[in-house]
Amino acid sequence: MKITTKFWIGMAVLIVLSPLGLILPEHFKAGSAWGEWGASEMQKLVGYIPRGLEKLSSLWNAPMPDYAFKGWEEKGLPHLSFAYIISAVIGIVITVAVVLIIGKILTKKGE
Amino acid sequence: MHIPDGYLGPATCGVFYAIMLPIWTVASKIVKKTLKAKQVPLLAIGAAFSFVIMMFNVPIPGGSTGHAVGGVLVAILLGPWAACIAITVALVIQALLFGDGGITAIGANCFNMAFILPFAGYYLYKTISYNAPIDSNRRVIAAGTAGYIALNIAALFTGIEFGLQPLLHHTANGQALYCPYRLNIAVPAMAGEHLLIFGWVEAIVTALVIKYLLKTAPELLDPSTRSNPVKDLAQGQFRANGVRRGIEEGGE
Repeated sequence: MKITTKFWIGMAVLIVLSPLGLILPEHFKAGSAWGEWGASEMQKLVGYIPRGLEKLSSLWNAPMPDYAFKGWEEKGLPHLSFAYIISAVIGIVITVAVVLIIGKILTKKGE
Repeated sequence: MHIPDGYLGPATCGVFYAIMLPIWTVASKIVKKTLKAKQVPLLAIGAAFSFVIMMFNVPIPGGSTGHAVGGVLVAILLGPWAACIAITVALVIQALLFGDGGITAIGANCFNMAFILPFAGYYLYKTISYNAPIDSNRRVIAAGTAGYIALNIAALFTGIEFGLQPLLHHTANGQALYCPYRLNIAVPAMAGEHLLIFGWVEAIVTALVIKYLLKTAPELLDPSTRSNPVKDLAQGQFRANGVRRGIEEGGE
């Protein structure tokens, strides 16, 4: 089997296992990554929301925030795990497509 | 390690975009020269691997979470400049589509994870595995060590970027405008958790994959397979085949 085929199989396994990145932190009651708190968490941590942070934090509305579907924040872990896998698939498909395009442009040697 | 929007002031964001622009330019020039068309799928796999490995949040029980970047592995396999491009693509898509890392912080996040990390990792690996035979265990150890140290250097930079913000931007009464934690908190927090936990994740991921590849596809780790003239000579047979095919096709 070609090594790239093996890599793609490995990738598929990682995609299926990816919800572990959601379930394990939940299980061990771990919160956000350091420095990646939302505005309300910040209020709890330091007693105020830094003004610039408040303004900038809502600058961008990602279509699938936190690797989930919009409005799914209150859904349970099974739903979120499903959304996580879909996010991984979408993210990987787009990443691969973009790199293939960049790679194609870069390896087109000038005549 | 994905700095969100609002944690870095405009000046810091601008500086890091300004630093990354020439790095991205040089990266595309170098990759254009060195990357072979048949390596492009591997580059795509590298970017995808980095993307998905960053989704594996590892918890510190009762504390925060963190993750590996996978960038040291990509750098070992394809060189640091190609890794820079691959990780940049992953980070930009994470920011735009999934809100993981801010769009104002793309410059800073790419500096930490797509520049510092693959370059530190690559040269650490090269140094530690110097002259090691292709089947040597020293290559596995070099890969793990490079992964551990490189992720920690990247985390240290991130901590410094966070920690500088309250010094750079605050109101008259001392309230921070962006990240409120100073260097004395941000640096130990970022460095500590990566030294204790997340650095080991990058180390294990990098070492395991390299160990596997040394057994199953050692040609990927033979430095001579990267673009250099001597090695290209060694690949003469491959090229000759290509030329022959070209002649045959041309003749028809």
